[in-house]
Amino acid sequence: MAKTRCTDQVILNLWHPLAALSEVKPNVVVDTILLEERLSYAVDGKGNAAVWRDRADLIEGSTVDVATVADQLPVKHAYGYIWTSLGDPQADLFPIPEFDEADRRRLNAATIGVNVSAPRAIENFLDMGHFPYVHTDILGAEPHTEVKEYDVEISVDRDEILATRCRFFQPMAAATASGGADVDYVYRVPHPFCSVLYKSSPLDESRRDVIAVFLQPIDQEHVRAHMMLCLLDEDNEDKVIKRFQQTIFGQDKPILENQFPKRLPLDPRAETPIRADKSAIAYRRWLSQKGVTYGVIPAAT
Amino acid sequence: MLDTAKTRWHPIAASYDLPFRHVFHGQLLGREFAVWRADDGYINVWENRCLHRGVRLSIGINDGRELKCQYHGWRYSNRTAGCTYIPAHPADAPARTITNRTFAAVERYGLVWSAEEPQGEVPELPGFAEGELLTLRGIAVNAPADAVAARLRSYRFQPTGQIDGSDAKVTVEAANDFSVALRAVEGSSTTLAVFFVQPVDSNRSVIRGVLEGRAEGAVRMAVLHHHNDRLSKLRDVVEREAVARPAPAPLEPVIERVSPELAEMPEETKHGRKATIRVEVARKWQAADGIAGFELRPIRGLLPTFQPGAHIDVHMPNGLIRQYSITNGPGESESYVIGVKLEKESKGGSICMHETLRQGDVLAISEPRNNFPLRRDAVKTIFIAGGIGITPLIAMAQALHNQNLAFDLHYFAQNEAQLAFPEKTSGLGGALKPHLGLTPEATGAKLREILANYQPGRHLYLCGPGPMLEAARNVATEAGWPEAAVHFEYFKNTNKIDDSSSFEVALARSCVTLKVPAGRTILDVMREAGVDMPSSCEQGACGTCLATVIEGEPDHQDVYLNDAERKSGTKIMTCVSRAKSARLVLDL
Repeated sequence: MAKTRCTDQVILNLWHPLAALSEVKPNVVVDTILLEERLSYAVDGKGNAAVWRDRADLIEGSTVDVATVADQLPVKHAYGYIWTSLGDPQADLFPIPEFDEADRRRLNAATIGVNVSAPRAIENFLDMGHFPYVHTDILGAEPHTEVKEYDVEISVDRDEILATRCRFFQPMAAATASGGADVDYVYRVPHPFCSVLYKSSPLDESRRDVIAVFLQPIDQEHVRAHMMLCLLDEDNEDKVIKRFQQTIFGQDKPILENQFPKRLPLDPRAETPIRADKSAIAYRRWLSQKGVTYGVIPAAT
Repeated sequence: MLDTAKTRWHPIAASYDLPFRHVFHGQLLGREFAVWRADDGYINVWENRCLHRGVRLSIGINDGRELKCQYHGWRYSNRTAGCTYIPAHPADAPARTITNRTFAAVERYGLVWSAEEPQGEVPELPGFAEGELLTLRGIAVNAPADAVAARLRSYRFQPTGQIDGSDAKVTVEAANDFSVALRAVEGSSTTLAVFFVQPVDSNRSVIRGVLEGRAEGAVRMAVLHHHNDRLSKLRDVVEREAVARPAPAPLEPVIERVSPELAEMPEETKHGRKATIRVEVARKWQAADGIAGFELRPIRGLLPTFQPGAHIDVHMPNGLIRQYSITNGPGESESYVIGVKLEKESKGGSICMHETLRQGDVLAISEPRNNFPLRRDAVKTIFIAGGIGITPLIAMAQALHNQNLAFDLHYFAQNEAQLAFPEKTSGLGGALKPHLGLTPEATGAKLREILANYQPGRHLYLCGPGPMLEAARNVATEAGWPEAAVHFEYFKNTNKIDDSSSFEVALARSCVTLKVPAGRTILDVMREAGVDMPSSCEQGACGTCLATVIEGEPDHQDVYLNDAERKSGTKIMTCVSRAKSARLVLDL
């Protein structure tokens, strides 16, 4: 295996997202960065993708036949994105069964660069307490600031964090919502740099919208965040749905970029958690137990 | 050079960097600061990091009294940097020990000075009288401080009186690694300029210059331009030289860890009645008919952070201990202001406060405790005060007012002369609703009117004489207010305490079993056995000595718990309540 700048074997062996398939021009080379390594990728008209380490004979913008590229990295299509790995990945990526339900809208809401570590961005995604302050009058509004008790478990067999019974008062919970309501959430963290949330659908009480964030770690302190939506929304145009999510993400970005240190400290005494941060506490412990060192400041041992 | 820099005072901002309600991002030796001036003039220099999730406080909101973090709305008090409110948990008072790191701040020569571990004083500039000087615009330079200071020795400028001339002779009057004093002379004009070099990081600096003598109008503009122009040229030279050398590694300031307790968000530290703070009576005045106001200032250092609803124990010269609510609004952290009513049947407490205590006297007080925390997530909050019961509610009302949250403050008193602290309540505008001279019947009718039409999201806070509190609680229950929305604080427990029972108390965590005989309290017996427990009023009113019951049936004799809490049988006030069962197991 080629030498990598990232030495965290846990992270090297994971699948990481690079781009939304729907946004890639067929047979054209695109450059990107993953874990400080320069990579290139291309997709053909039939949806076959190739990912390889950047090289001089295949420069960005040139035309390529993906089948003929030598020395390809592992590649996977999942949830509308191209995934690759710099190590030895498991066969399967974590499941999102709802993605295959026929009546859902599936789209990439945005791919946005953020000047922060991947774990800080995951914690932000899991956090409800900031809704009234960062997403004022959209996902939350003062004085409704309470984070009610919820449950968190680390599922051993599935190796993921699950937060359930999460509720938060939201004045306008989705593009389809018209008024305020307590909204139910379930959060999953099935991958150190990916999280999936399930949110009560304003259209169908028995089902949930699915919103996922897949983070592409550029380096320890920079990510590209890919936002996947899988919604029960038949009416709104794509651009309306995307604009809503991009507004939300645009509000988080300046906060994330002003966190210090940018890497997530795993020492329990580095910051001051409260009960509302139960899922973040579980996430930090889970990263510690896995031995993740990339994008974090490991606790002193 | 930089290893001794931590103990020296350095300018970190100019006074003009701190306009009304701004937060300035300062930096010294690699460490970032959030620098902000409160409305009372106090300059706060804090670690630029919210203790919760590390977000820079320099992007926070200065409301004039507190700094609010942008991420989760945590509020930190002027002066102490103690956290006063955590919106995600509105029912809880934050542990008083959640306190951001603060640094010294001195404002002098139009500059704000700080240091990580200051020794000595801010440099004296003889001849630079405040108001008789001109502070130049700070010039940021990408170069080490000593390189900048070395170059400044050969800086050339015109004296203020000959600003358009070109022949000034400039001599170095003094110089060290972080400052250079230069005098320019041309003809009869002479100007002394002192340049301080703020070491922002190992390879970044700011030149902060101060000139003697005041300059006004067009001359001032000309002088500022003159120096701006020449210092910018000097910057270009220093930066070119710096680029040619290898850049030193950036400094990495050590961020202190939070205490182990805070990392786990536990209960507050337990202790008995301790009078750890010495204060001076800075002012004593008649706050209303029969009510004395006291302003208590610390003998040294800062007073601890308080939250609205908190009280202190005052240890009086005659040995008595009494509890008084802090009336301060948010960010009023220089002193505590309390109000004391002269009780007709005083057992010596209020008489001592009114008649013995004088301005200048020194008192011992406890740290503030908050057993009457204020939620700030109500759609509307109703405060009902009877007489001196106004004191905790004044603090609460000011906090909500400062956050533009909706509330009414109903204030029952005999007549206008008995309305205390008008200077505080007048700022509340139309939210203050006095009800004067009402009979008990008329009071009942008014309470029914106020408490009619309960709507979800409303919260009620009551403080006043026992009979009025009973009446208000009953009216609230009849009007459909759920118990969880009704919060109250009694001045004292007027229940007749029956201490004739004897029983056993097992302390589950301490693994001891104690016998409580008739005539003694659980609290006494526990203390005698060496189990420490905080307490304050010791008559079942304040809520400080609350314990959790694991097993057994409590015999409640306090006025702190509400009916639901009593019925649940899971809480007990150890200073007055006892056991109906032969044995109680407490989680202590």
